[in-house]
Amino acid sequence: MVAFDEMRPESAGLRNPYSEYDNWLTEQDTARLGQKMKDAENVFRRTGITFAVYGEQNAAERLIPFDIVPRILSGAEWRRLTQGIEQRVQALNAFLEDIYHRQEILRAGRVPRELIAGNVAFLPEMIGVRPPAGVYTHIIGTDIVRTGENEFYVLEDNARTPSGVSYMIENRETMMQLFPELFKRIKVRPVENYPQLLRQSLAAVAPRSADEQPTIAVLTPGSFNSAYFEHAFLADHMGVELVEGQDLRVVDGHVAMRTTEGYKRIDVLYRRVDDDFLDPLTFNPDSVLGVPGIMDVYRAGNITIANAPGTGIADDKAIYSYMPEIVEFYTGRKAILGNIPTWRCSEADSLAYVLEHLGELVVKEVHGSGGYGMLVGPAATKKEREAFAEKLRARPGNYIAQPTLALSTCPILTDAGLAPRHVDLRPFVLVSDRIRIVPGGLTRVALKPGSLVVNSSQGGGTKDTWVLDD
Amino acid sequence: MLLGRTANGLYWMARYIERAENMARLVDAGLRMALTRNEGDVEEWTSVIVSSGVEAGYRQKHTEFNAANVCDYLLRDAENGSSVLSSIETARTNARMVRTALTRETWESINDAWMSFRRMLASPIDEREVPKVLDAIKRETAQIRGAFQGTMLRNEIYDFCQLGLHVERADNTARILDVKYYVLLPSISWVGSSMDNYQWESILRSVSAHRSYRWVYDAAYKPTNIAEFLILSRRMPRSLAFCYRMIDESLEGLANDYGNRHMSHEMCENTLSRLKRMTIKDVLDEGLHEFLTDFLIRTNNLGDQVARDYRFF
Repeated sequence: MVAFDEMRPESAGLRNPYSEYDNWLTEQDTARLGQKMKDAENVFRRTGITFAVYGEQNAAERLIPFDIVPRILSGAEWRRLTQGIEQRVQALNAFLEDIYHRQEILRAGRVPRELIAGNVAFLPEMIGVRPPAGVYTHIIGTDIVRTGENEFYVLEDNARTPSGVSYMIENRETMMQLFPELFKRIKVRPVENYPQLLRQSLAAVAPRSADEQPTIAVLTPGSFNSAYFEHAFLADHMGVELVEGQDLRVVDGHVAMRTTEGYKRIDVLYRRVDDDFLDPLTFNPDSVLGVPGIMDVYRAGNITIANAPGTGIADDKAIYSYMPEIVEFYTGRKAILGNIPTWRCSEADSLAYVLEHLGELVVKEVHGSGGYGMLVGPAATKKEREAFAEKLRARPGNYIAQPTLALSTCPILTDAGLAPRHVDLRPFVLVSDRIRIVPGGLTRVALKPGSLVVNSSQGGGTKDTWVLDD
Repeated sequence: MLLGRTANGLYWMARYIERAENMARLVDAGLRMALTRNEGDVEEWTSVIVSSGVEAGYRQKHTEFNAANVCDYLLRDAENGSSVLSSIETARTNARMVRTALTRETWESINDAWMSFRRMLASPIDEREVPKVLDAIKRETAQIRGAFQGTMLRNEIYDFCQLGLHVERADNTARILDVKYYVLLPSISWVGSSMDNYQWESILRSVSAHRSYRWVYDAAYKPTNIAEFLILSRRMPRSLAFCYRMIDESLEGLANDYGNRHMSHEMCENTLSRLKRMTIKDVLDEGLHEFLTDFLIRTNNLGDQVARDYRFF
């Protein structure tokens, strides 16, 4: 399986977006680049940009490895991508609105009813609830993979609480610190204004009853959460409070935070806490991370929760396979960005096919994320495959399978010089009165040669992502 | 506008940074004492442990009071919540929690100190290396102070940190004095022996005041002067009166910012005016130990009241 290299594809020479970077690179001394790599690590460690890996001892805080070779997209490539993403995000919001109200897509038979009814990501509590400004999923991280010059596919729609945007910004910051001369030579579109755009976007969807300058807060599960750095980063850069469940309570029909001067009303809550923990009175009664009664305030239209509860039904992996139909149903056009062919193991024919071809497929849990609980067929041992087949047969509805894609590669700097590694891309999308996409995103890169797993929890790294201003 | 939880985090972050530094200074004074004395130094190390307020925990773990055990317990024992290592860990956890309230310089200096203490204190310290380690601890905490004072806006965030710092410092100085109060009583007959000189020097050294004392008073140590210096001096940055002046300043700052006074303001003014009014003779007449016991209770109560007034919980 030959992968498309975004810098030097096998079929051709150097690709255009990389030409100026390549000129610069040839002027560089290898030892100096190696030193820059170390500098980068120090920057990350000093500023405390770390994340936690669940289930690992003594590794409470770890750095995500950063590679100093940028991943570069041309302006034209980016424009095509954003058109596809915008279309998809509109469809996701329309789908959520429909699924929690009239359910026309189910009546039309385009998505099977049982996929919704029996799905834990579907929240019956949200039926008939209209979120302020009608937006369900305000912040989306669309995972995109590439397999060729013009072949981009959506791998996942992260419509719940996508993370990684702080790395996008810090990666750029670090690159500008390390290689200021590069940014003079090459015009790269900025990503640093993401927090301001996020703030504008959140303010635009405040409840009608809010002041002209609504009070916004970021809700974090706490400083031991793996993405705490990002929660603090975003609150800080937006200039809003970072709150925990223990800071909040419902006062006079509004959600309010405990300040040194008493309780103060919050209008928009950017929550980084899962649905299940949001309100112990409505969902998981043991949760101490949320706010008792917040759902009543929400139903009364007195707070905006971003993303809205129940958006998980839109990025569920079982729903994913219906996305082409969903996009067409709501936008009236064919999806600009394709899906990866997906076998739904709940269907007997598909299950049989998947079991027969386990060695070639990637099998994922329908509700899983972060690369946990998945099988990468070609990389697995016979024993692992057999063990997985057992699980598949026991609960086929819990799995989907996809072909092992030849993800595109980008070079990373290794001790032996540049070497290609597989990458994916997560652009971040903001939805309010309009759709905003910052030109760039988070490029995740598998650091082991040949590996296709880019998740940071599984040893993946990141790269700065450049969209050229051309 | 500040979250109550953030105010709490700032307050304890500052307390624990101050505590880490105080622990290093106490060990330093103990070492010096042990060097300059011929007889056994058990008594000195015992008083170091008692001054640190960790006697019960220490006794559970060690039977002997000696340099190696005390240094290990006060500098790097993770089971001792007040050890330098635990203190910096707690300070950093709090700093991480309130990160958005700190300047980048302040956060980085705390994170740097945490990284370097963890490295330095990872394994037992060779006795010969202890002075070097203590110097490094003092240097790192001084750097935090420098970054903090040099970059933080003078607002409520600053005030809550300063409050924590001076409550911790007042508590620390009072405890050091209380452990050694009998050495400072002028009535005791063996006053003036060389033994006392060491003791007095040790007290001053544990609050880094052995040089400044000489600038203010005669070269000779006099117990009443030492007591006066550490309790009533308005210029000595670790005296009880100085700490209360700073606590008062922070509380006044909050009152101005919020346009609201609380019970804690009253309590602080009460203690402050007492310290202003009293002479060292009044203190000794009241009984040094009784005075210090009362002071420790007042300070503890003030800390609790601040937490209530500003909704830390």
